[in-house]
Amino acid sequence: MRITESFRVAFDALRANRLRSLLTMLGVVIGVAAVVVLVAIGGGAKQLVTSEVEGLGSNIVFVVPGKFQIGTTPAVSRLQLSDADYLNRVLGRPDAVAVDLTSAEDLRAGTNTYYASVQGTTANVVDVFDRPLAEGRYVSKADIATARRVIVLGPDAAAALFPDTDPIGRQVSMSGVEFRVIGLFQAKGGAFGVSPDTEVHIPVTAAQRLFGMDNISGFAVKADTPGDVDAVGAKLVDALKQKYQGDEFTAVSQTEILGTIGKILSMLTLVLAAIAGISLLVGGVGVSNIMLVSVRERTKEIGLRKALGARQRDVLSQFLLEAVMLTSIGGVIGIGLGIGASAILSAFTPLPAVLAWWSIVLAFGVSVAVGVFFGVMPARRAGRLDPVVALRTE
Amino acid sequence: MAEIEAVEVTRSYRMDGVSVDALRGVSLTIEEGDYAAIIGPSGSGKSTLMHLLGCLDRPTTGTLLVGGRDVGTLDDSELAELRNQTIGFVFQSFQLLARTTALDNVALPLVYRGVRRAERRKRAAEALDAVNLGHRIGHKPTQMSGGEQQRVAIARALVGEPSVLLADEPTGNLDTVNGDEVMGILERLNKERGVAVVLVTHEADIAARARRIIRVRDGLIEAVAEAPEPS
Ligand SMILES: Nc1ncnc2c1ncn2[C@@H]1O[C@H](COP(=O)(O)OP(=O)(O)O)[C@@H](O)[C@H]1O
Ligand SMILES: [Mg+2]
Repeated sequence: MRITESFRVAFDALRANRLRSLLTMLGVVIGVAAVVVLVAIGGGAKQLVTSEVEGLGSNIVFVVPGKFQIGTTPAVSRLQLSDADYLNRVLGRPDAVAVDLTSAEDLRAGTNTYYASVQGTTANVVDVFDRPLAEGRYVSKADIATARRVIVLGPDAAAALFPDTDPIGRQVSMSGVEFRVIGLFQAKGGAFGVSPDTEVHIPVTAAQRLFGMDNISGFAVKADTPGDVDAVGAKLVDALKQKYQGDEFTAVSQTEILGTIGKILSMLTLVLAAIAGISLLVGGVGVSNIMLVSVRERTKEIGLRKALGARQRDVLSQFLLEAVMLTSIGGVIGIGLGIGASAILSAFTPLPAVLAWWSIVLAFGVSVAVGVFFGVMPARRAGRLDPVVALRTE
Repeated sequence: MAEIEAVEVTRSYRMDGVSVDALRGVSLTIEEGDYAAIIGPSGSGKSTLMHLLGCLDRPTTGTLLVGGRDVGTLDDSELAELRNQTIGFVFQSFQLLARTTALDNVALPLVYRGVRRAERRKRAAEALDAVNLGHRIGHKPTQMSGGEQQRVAIARALVGEPSVLLADEPTGNLDTVNGDEVMGILERLNKERGVAVVLVTHEADIAARARRIIRVRDGLIEAVAEAPEPS
C-alpha cells in the first residue's frame, strides 16, 4: 500500500470520530503546551537574571573573604576599610576599589516604612557599578571621612517612604538614627525582588557605626577590559593573602556568577520540562487505550481489508499511522497553544517567557514518538487478526 | 490448469481444548470459467470451505493449490497477495465500508496492489459500470438498497480481474427481485469474462442455475450433480 494512501485512510478514520479524536489528543495537547510554556518561562528567567547581573556593570570583579561559592554563607570578614587604600596602591590606580558593607534594615519616614538592603559604600561605587542618579548627589569622600548621616535612595525605597513628596533633604530613620536624603538613583529594573532599585546607600563609615561593625564585607573593582578581570582578581587576592597570612580570599567575576546562575536555571528548566513530559506520557496511554477500542470496533473492517489483500504490515501501518497522526496533530495544536500562552504571559504578567526553538522541535518529536510507542501495541494486534475470525464477528 | 485444486483437505478448529472438525477430507477442483454451487445444511462446513478456496485460511491437512501455488507453503503476506490477485469475494452481508463512497469501496483491492489513485478510480468506475451502477459512483452504502450494495460488492470483487469469484450466500440478505438481478450479473460475468464462480446458497432454484451442484454434509462432500450441457 502506498504511503499517501495510508495517510488518507488514517486521516479519514480520525475524521469519522472527530470528538473522540479530539478528546484523545487532549492529553498530548496539554503535555506539549506545558513543555513549551515551562521551557519558555525558564528561558525567560535565565535571560532576565543574565541581564540583571550584566547590569551590575561590565568587567567587575568582586573580592570576598573565604572560599566563596554561590549558595554558601560568606566567611566572617577581617577586612578593613583601610584595605581599600592598600589595594588601590597595589593596582596603582587611585579610587579603583569600591567598598561594600551590607545589612538589611527597617527604614522609616513619618508613618511610612520600608525594609531595604542598606549598603555602606565608598564614593566611587557610582562609577564602578554605573549607577547614575536621577536627582541630588551621591555619597562624597567628605561624607565618608566624617561618617555623615546621609542616604541615597533607590526608586522603590523612595516611592515607599515618600509617596507624595520630594525626598531630597528629608529625614529617614534606621534603628532610631536619622539620615538625610541627598540623592535618588535612576530606576534600573529587575525581577524576583532582586532589583538594585530596592537598595539604599549610606557612607561605609556611617554604616559601620550603625551596624556596630568595624570590618567590611568585601571589595569590587572594575577592570579595564573583560580580559583583565581574572588578572586583576588574582592580583587583589594575592595582595590580601600577603597581608592576612593564612586567610583565604576569593575573586568572583560576573562571568562566574552568570555561569553558576545559568546552570541552576537550566537545571530548573529541565526539571520543569521533564514534569510536563510526564503528562505527555499520560496522554500516550490515552492514545493506546482509544486505539485498542478502535481496533475492536473495526475488527470487521480489518477482516474485510485482509480478505481483499491487505497484508499484516498494511493493517499495522494503517493503525500505527493513525496513532501517530493523532499525537502529532495534538503536538502541533499543543505547540500553538504553548506559543500563545507564552505570549500572553509575557504581555500581561511580570513573568518573562522566551520561546526556545529546541523545546518546540523536541515537543513535536516527542509527540510523534509517543504515537509510535503507544500505537505499536494496538496496531500489531490489528495486523495479527485472523481474517476468518474477524469477518465472522458481529 | 485448474484454478483451484483441493485434495483430501481437512480443517479442524480447537475450541477450549476440544477439536471441531469443520472439514473432514474434501477433494474438489474448480476449473477455469467454472460455475459451481455449494449447498448443504447449516454448520456443514460450507463457509469453512469457501475460506479455504479463497486463501483466507490454510488447511489442517491435505493439499490445496490455488493458481498453481500450494497454499500450505505460503506465509501470510504471500497468501494476502495471492488472494488479492486471483480471488474476488462476495459476502452475504455485503461488507462495504460505511463511510466510503461506492467508487472508493470498489477501488479498495487495488489499493493493496499498489495501483495509483487515478488508475484505481478509472478501473473502479468501469467495474461499477459492469454492474449497472455507473450512475451511483459517489453514493455511500447507506444511500443504497441492499441489491445495489451487493452489486457494489460484486464490482469490488471484480475490479482486480480475478480468475475466481467466491460468493457466500450472496442473495441471503436480498429479496427475490434483487437476488435475481445479482445472480444475473454473476452469470453474465461468468459467461462473458470467463470468471469461475463458486457460490454457497440455501435456495434450490439458485443452485439449479449452476453447472455443478456440490452437496456438503458434516464436513464431507456428499454428492456432486452435473447439470446437463445446455443445448
Ligand atoms: N473459528 C471457528 N472456531 C471454531 N469452530 C468453528 C469456527 N468456524 C467454524 N466453526 C465450526 O465449523 C463448523 C462449520 O462451520 P461453517 O463452515 O461456518 O458452516 P456453514 O457455513 O456450512 O454453516 C461449525 O460446526 C462451526 O461451528
Ligand atoms: Mg456459512
